[in-house]
Amino acid sequence: MKTTAPTRLLMVAALAALSVPALGVAQVPYERILDAASEPGNWLTYSGTYGAHRYSTLDQIDRDNVGRLQPAWIYQARSLQKFEVSPLVVDGVMYITEAPSDATALDLRTGRPIWSYRRSLPQGIVTCCGQVNRGVALLDDQVFIGTVDAHLVALDARTGRVRGDVEVADYELGYSVTVAPLALKDKIIVGISGGEYGIRGFLDAYDPITGERLWRFWTVPGPGEPGHDTWSGDSWERGGAPTWVTGAYDPELDLLYWGTGNPGPDFIGDVRQGDNLYSESLIALDPDTGALRWHFQFLPHDIHDYDSTQVPVLLDAELDGDPRKLVVFPNRNGFYYVLDRVTGEFLVGTPFAKQTWALGLDENGRPIENPETIPSVDGAVVYPDDDGAANWFSPTYSPQTNLIYQNVREKGGVYYLADATYEPGKIYMGASRRVVTGEDPKGFLRALNPLTGALVWEIAVHAPPWAGLMSTAGGLVFSGTMEGDFFAADAQTGDVLWRFQTGGAVYANPITYLSEGRQFVAIAAGNSLVTFALPE
Amino acid sequence: MPLQPTLRGDGPDCLPPKRARPQIRWRVVAGCVISIAGWASPFVTAQTADLAQGTRLFESQCGSCHGPLGNGGKGANLAQPRLRRATDDQALSNIIRRGIRGTEMPGSPLTPSQVSSIAAYVKTLGRVAPEDISGDRDRGEAVYAGLDCARCHTLGGRGGIIGPGLDDIGARRSATHLREALLAPEASVPSGFLQLRVVTRDGVALTGIRINEDAFSIQLRDLSGRLHSFWKDELDLIDPQWQRSPMTSYEGRLTVEQTDDLVAYLVALRGDGSE
Repeated sequence: MKTTAPTRLLMVAALAALSVPALGVAQVPYERILDAASEPGNWLTYSGTYGAHRYSTLDQIDRDNVGRLQPAWIYQARSLQKFEVSPLVVDGVMYITEAPSDATALDLRTGRPIWSYRRSLPQGIVTCCGQVNRGVALLDDQVFIGTVDAHLVALDARTGRVRGDVEVADYELGYSVTVAPLALKDKIIVGISGGEYGIRGFLDAYDPITGERLWRFWTVPGPGEPGHDTWSGDSWERGGAPTWVTGAYDPELDLLYWGTGNPGPDFIGDVRQGDNLYSESLIALDPDTGALRWHFQFLPHDIHDYDSTQVPVLLDAELDGDPRKLVVFPNRNGFYYVLDRVTGEFLVGTPFAKQTWALGLDENGRPIENPETIPSVDGAVVYPDDDGAANWFSPTYSPQTNLIYQNVREKGGVYYLADATYEPGKIYMGASRRVVTGEDPKGFLRALNPLTGALVWEIAVHAPPWAGLMSTAGGLVFSGTMEGDFFAADAQTGDVLWRFQTGGAVYANPITYLSEGRQFVAIAAGNSLVTFALPE
Repeated sequence: MPLQPTLRGDGPDCLPPKRARPQIRWRVVAGCVISIAGWASPFVTAQTADLAQGTRLFESQCGSCHGPLGNGGKGANLAQPRLRRATDDQALSNIIRRGIRGTEMPGSPLTPSQVSSIAAYVKTLGRVAPEDISGDRDRGEAVYAGLDCARCHTLGGRGGIIGPGLDDIGARRSATHLREALLAPEASVPSGFLQLRVVTRDGVALTGIRINEDAFSIQLRDLSGRLHSFWKDELDLIDPQWQRSPMTSYEGRLTVEQTDDLVAYLVALRGDGSE
């Protein structure tokens, strides 16, 4: 549809004004996503806004009435795989993905499906941790989904019919796509998974109309590129550093921020001596060209599989009296980092969870590693285990409380060295792992000072959680548990004000939106997508 | 029906063809018995090289989820006498090769020989080979009855529910382990049997086995077998007792011979009708 942006906005306004509910035709130009904070009734991009606060200004549901929240409708996915979706909502329609690589549009009023895209997948797909998917991107009138056979597919937002399908990488070599793509300007940004299979990582940008690849940033530099000398021998060819969690964007600086995963093989460093750039890093790229502007490597030469693939959260704050543009990053390795997002300068790094792998960080943020935790033949104990203190699930920042919230895992692992011979498509990790016995692993929802990482309050949950968080202007933070509870806490105090047993473990991020003027909260739990609202 | 083989076999390979003539059925049964006998030892010793390769491959390809000894972690516990999904050799190989749809278990482009060596290794996990025990299992059965073990343990569908069921304890636990468990039960409390002490807000104290727990609630079974469900905010104290067990030590309460006999009885319980 060739209309100018203002015309499209008028059409949206016209649809919204109809008294008979009309299902929207998604028209999500880049300008709407850029200004997503101005229309909190929708949820237009993975983290709500490009700044990735996962915070909503909606406040109908608040501390006083949240106790009356009740289920509105439930959509049951067909797959029994982990349901890791972060839904998007626009103009009366919710767009979700279902494992392994399916997409569904739901009527926001009733929860009834409008269309489903069911991908036919080849045999022989390998994924380390489930054939999962974390959500779609919307741009103009198309829906974009990455697939576990490592394709990017463009769907007609009205029908789910395929408009385009491009190969991102070869799934037979262990590449897959589980990340929710990011629509940015006139591009679709896609990351890659496969860090346990000896892939060479990258971040890609595609043309949404032609499917042409516009740029690729290799997260493991090739011969002649800066950083290539941080890999011994030919280890860079299988260097890992995947990009499987959606990043953030600062339109003023015009910088795209993205976390990178572990180097390969995960647990054996001898075969890849050096710092192994740009694994375990936050990279800042020019979104038009994919050129690297700066990087900060959290963990040079990682041997614990602590992918630094979390959601970067962009904050503006005063630090030591100076206004600063910051990016904060509760890392899977158990440290909370504050960086200058203009330059990548390291400012703060402090543990927010039990960790034993590092004796501390030096003044540049480089860790001083604890040699006793290096995987060994006889087994080495380390906290956290490779599931991490954090993981892909989202943190949230509330400007109302000026706190950052993170679900935290405290669980140790014992690592035994194993063979790591590279063979295409096979596990390339180099250790086996068992749990530390004789203790219950611990889980917490923690509220942290965003500038220091200091603990403000915590809620103890049971098993270490895999749920993301969302905060709202109603003074609330929403979370879920492995035992199926979805709950809301007072964002200021941590008092649990409401809970609901969904019956299935929560491996997803919550969102909130308006439907016909009423605020709803949605979460995937078990194989159900559950929405909640106050009684009418 | 003396030739009925169904209790002996683990899967379709061991079932008689539906319309087979009796003499064919017999051959099938014989082959089946041989393969079962070979499951634990002769088969494996004949293929030591395979097993060494299987161990190495298991550690590198499977151990990051299933643990180095296969007793679980992110992945399922494979150190058990019977695998729920891999009910026979073919199913086991298929799972290793293709993965399990709808779960985190991926397939892998392994060669047939790699698959079979991993499968051979997996089959040794958690399967305790029959042992020669000095005790007398019939006398052991009398010791079991005399001690009133059935007050807490279920066997053959009868008995208490506080402790683990014992129908296949001999396939899951070695004689050494069982002897330790009798003499020092608190040294090896089985998973899923955590003892807890809770005190309610009204000051009522209860000790029991944890059935289930989440962020907001806990369910436990007290030592009389009654189920209790609490919201955590109804409790003043929740004290998990990791090194405690409701089972008392039989050290000094059994003679050496009685212990041997009881162990001999228990290791013979293999859950497959064989004794």
